[in-house]
Amino acid sequence: MTATLIWILVALVAIGLYLSWTAGRLDRLHARIDAARAALDAQLLRRASVAQELATSGVLDPAASIVLYEAAHAARQAEEEQREVAESELSQALRAVFAEREQVEAVRAAPGGEEAARELTEAVRRVPMARRFHNDAVGAARRLREHRKVRWFRLAGHAPFPMAFEMDDEPPAALADRAS
Amino acid sequence: MRIGIVCPYSWDVPGGVQFHIRDLAEYFIRLGHEVSVLAPADDDTPLPPYVVSAGRAVPVPYNGSVARLNFGFLSAARVRRWLHDGAFDVVHIHEPTSPSLGLLTCWAARGPMVATFHTSNPRSKAMIAAYSILQAALEKISARIAVSEYARRTLVEHLGGDAVVIPNGVDVDFFAKAEPRPEWQGDTIGFIGRIDEPRKGLPVLMKALPKILAARPQTRLLVAGRGDEKEAVASLPAELRSRVEFLGMISDEDKARFLRSLDLYIAPNTGGESFGIILVEAMSAGAPVLASDLDAFAQVLDGGAAGELFANEDADALAEAAVRLLQDPARRAELCERGSTHVRRFDWSTVGADILSVYETVTAGSAAVAAEDTPDSDGYGWGSGLRARLGLARD
Repeated sequence: MTATLIWILVALVAIGLYLSWTAGRLDRLHARIDAARAALDAQLLRRASVAQELATSGVLDPAASIVLYEAAHAARQAEEEQREVAESELSQALRAVFAEREQVEAVRAAPGGEEAARELTEAVRRVPMARRFHNDAVGAARRLREHRKVRWFRLAGHAPFPMAFEMDDEPPAALADRAS
Repeated sequence: MRIGIVCPYSWDVPGGVQFHIRDLAEYFIRLGHEVSVLAPADDDTPLPPYVVSAGRAVPVPYNGSVARLNFGFLSAARVRRWLHDGAFDVVHIHEPTSPSLGLLTCWAARGPMVATFHTSNPRSKAMIAAYSILQAALEKISARIAVSEYARRTLVEHLGGDAVVIPNGVDVDFFAKAEPRPEWQGDTIGFIGRIDEPRKGLPVLMKALPKILAARPQTRLLVAGRGDEKEAVASLPAELRSRVEFLGMISDEDKARFLRSLDLYIAPNTGGESFGIILVEAMSAGAPVLASDLDAFAQVLDGGAAGELFANEDADALAEAAVRLLQDPARRAELCERGSTHVRRFDWSTVGADILSVYETVTAGSAAVAAEDTPDSDGYGWGSGLRARLGLARD
């Protein structure tokens, strides 16, 4: 009788430890998502700022300037629900403006343009990176949260169900060409 | 930035991953970063100043062959000590799925971690069994890098999640500026790789050689690499054997000069390649490349634009393409020129900057890497980790 009780107790403790370990895993994943999201926000903001700077610098022709300024401004001001759309539209505007290599060369030739072009190249390269890392973390957390043990024992607590950040982040061809 | 790099394979055994880590570490050091590499090594091996030995790797049967791995209590302790002493801003783990230092580091560390997946092994039985253990360790990695689109696809299918593609790096100028050697010039085709490793494809090339020599009798085949030379030419008619020259193992300098001297570099590999660094080196040296159409090779060669592809394991196709290229200097010059522009994206200046971008993306706003449950860092001893897990510790 006592032996049975001891075994039951041992089993309960083992289950408890396992659940606590899983909760720790989940907690770590949520922290990773938060960090990845902050990094993604920083990269998106950086990209919009560089685009806006270029649009107001007078290096681009007036039509291109307006298109780029509009898109960059909208991306910076967008509410959370419209963010993905606004950022995608900024990607499209950047692709339209920097479709040709000549345009990039023109920016480089302007005073201070070398640095602006470098910053923009870096920004359009880092946004897809940061987004991939964020969505990777989200995917891992979702897989774990859909597991029975997490749902039955409510191990996720009150943390909101993580959402991937979906947007068009294809960089402009003239900037993405790694051969240059 | 303080960067810690984990190498899963013995530093004393030459290999692609080890060379990649060596070049990467030296690139970052030149830029003024502090780099420490943790690698398995015998205690008496001379190591560069930036490498810390994690002890000797033990040969154990794993995944169908004998692998030299580091595991167990002592290795885990060395990993913790290295993490603790290094106080890294970011830790970069290579090949985290091999049961060696990479996996141990995943377990022991917390904070910004980057991992590079080099191979594209099909999922092994051991990995299925260990899946949940592996998953718990791998999900601590904040950024994953795959060395090719092909490696990324395998990663997505087998482990879930996603990765950015950053190719392996090559010091393009080192190859481009090498001096050709006259004795290796003049109607030469070249092969580099283990002679007795069938996956490197030398048997396919040997099968194609009589046809190539029938059309171009003045051609010589130069083979650089370890292995049994007699066995390699056994399938060849005796009168043709003199057209094959074995150079044995060659140094990095000689490799560059070798590739500079060739009329055509042939990569007949039949499988097991996830990247194909040798093709990038050949293109850097300005050698026209003819390679089997493995996924990884096709990608490195820009789908056939920067080098020619032939149907894998098809000796006739290889012979036909080789003869056509050898008879067409204009086409070779064109391939050579396209190759040299194409390889700029594999130069360390590009690849290193991309990897640094990844570091900066994951470290932005995060604390530095620390050893998890470090026994003495908080003065509570080993029990504090357990207490933290049970929710009893407050910080």
